[in-house]
Amino acid sequence: MAVYDLAFGPFAEFGFMRRALVGCLALALGGGPIGTLLVIRRMSLMGDALSHAVLPGAALGFLLGGLSLPAMSLGGVCAGLAVALLSGLVTRLTPLREDASFAAFYLISLALGVLLVSTHGSNVDLLHLLFGSILAVDDTALMVIGAIATLSLLALAVIYRPLVVECFDPDFLRVVGGHGGLVHTIFLGLVVVNLVAGFQALGTLMAVGLMMLPAAAARFWVRELWALGVTSSALALASAFLGLLFSYHLDLPSGPAIVLVAGVAYFGSVLLGPRDSLCALYIRGGRLEA
Amino acid sequence: MCSGLSLDSDCLGFVVSPSSPRALSLQGVTLAYDGQPAVQDLSGSFAQGSLTAIVGPNGSGKSTLLKGIVGLLQPVDGLIQQSAFGCGRIAYLPQHAEIERRFPISVIQTVLLGHWRRIGWARAASPEVREAAQRALAAVGLQGLERRPIETLSAGQFQRVLIARLIAQDAALILLDEPFAAIDWRTGDDLLRLIAGWHEDGRTVAAVLHDLDQVRAYFPETLLLARECVAWGPTREVLTPRNLQRARRMSGNWSVEPEEYRPVPA
Repeated sequence: MAVYDLAFGPFAEFGFMRRALVGCLALALGGGPIGTLLVIRRMSLMGDALSHAVLPGAALGFLLGGLSLPAMSLGGVCAGLAVALLSGLVTRLTPLREDASFAAFYLISLALGVLLVSTHGSNVDLLHLLFGSILAVDDTALMVIGAIATLSLLALAVIYRPLVVECFDPDFLRVVGGHGGLVHTIFLGLVVVNLVAGFQALGTLMAVGLMMLPAAAARFWVRELWALGVTSSALALASAFLGLLFSYHLDLPSGPAIVLVAGVAYFGSVLLGPRDSLCALYIRGGRLEA
Repeated sequence: MCSGLSLDSDCLGFVVSPSSPRALSLQGVTLAYDGQPAVQDLSGSFAQGSLTAIVGPNGSGKSTLLKGIVGLLQPVDGLIQQSAFGCGRIAYLPQHAEIERRFPISVIQTVLLGHWRRIGWARAASPEVREAAQRALAAVGLQGLERRPIETLSAGQFQRVLIARLIAQDAALILLDEPFAAIDWRTGDDLLRLIAGWHEDGRTVAAVLHDLDQVRAYFPETLLLARECVAWGPTREVLTPRNLQRARRMSGNWSVEPEEYRPVPA
């Protein structure tokens, strides 16, 4: 019974813990497939950069509306989309490559955000924005996060095939006329929206961690694309559950706790996962396939 | 199969009126990278159902020309027109496919992509489509490997998967960029057989090639390119020692800076 109290007690007893867990469930469901696609498209670092780019928008929303989720989310989405679109424009119109142009914009964005909050708010506010405040996840926030997750999954279902082809063989998609550019833009939009959904619980600094770490770890367990997405979501949810428990029992900030648990899961997968992990490749002498 | 050609006066000094419709025509087409001309002022056309080899020295713009035709590169000047017969049904086999080789996709899924026009974004692949994909795989000798992930294939096998995808596209205009470069001897023979079959079906085929003996043996028409058109017409009239020498002379000028580039006098 002690295990039950330890593992389920906090959730049974406290509403905010339940809401946090449900919020993380929605994040895991939406973020799992998106994180998987980011990893496969080699956009992992760009996902990270986008999460930082969101900060000034969220900061503006916070300054104008307080710790209000709609205001911060709207600001965050605008900032994220602006960075994505502007850096895309610079890449297309000048010789500067996408990674450098993205880095430039997100750093400017991040500095702007920090400046805004530290001059007009307090340090505590900055901490809330950067690291999340799990206590602030109220029912409105839950509905917003849930809506975003649902929208993401629906949109992904619609653009799934062209998105996969655009990732796999972009020239082929152009030749058969599949609107690769449009699909890429929609995908970036989904990334931004999911990151914004995550920052309330995890903070802008950590939101991308729950998206990327499980996706990177899933690769050591399964092979098919759909399976990678599902495994990624499952790992994210498990990390959230354990992370929230640690944060409750050991009095740690929830965002970093969740992401660190995901990190441990990642290390475990790299070392001991059934597919292409260090153990599978070097200790058991690899596998032979027909 | 008799196919007429329209030859621009720039190329060979005379004009022959077409005896069959044009699948693709180029008018004064110039393609460039970063201001460096890769194809200059090319005019002419591919007749419907023709089988053309595109040859020329390295850097003569052959791959660039194909990229311009399929729309991966926009012409800086001039016009590329596909006839109504083409209807946008082009199949293109690139020289170096920018494909993510480790992508989690299977052989049969890659070939099914060739049916994009029928299944598009959302439609499921019907049994007929699946059967067609199976036949395409069998035509390149990869039957039985449907479920294999592509990252486990060799370079030659993967090239054959791309050819199967091309077959699945069932296109009226087929463009191949150095298709024999990455494959082994046996597959090369099979590919020549496939190309002959496409020609018999009445499809328009153009291929960038390096082996002039192959061109003389299997390709009725040739376009000899050295950034500008050197000659375009029946193979035995184009691949003459004089034309080949002229192309080589023109290519000797290419290490020069663009400002100093002067067209070689005919």
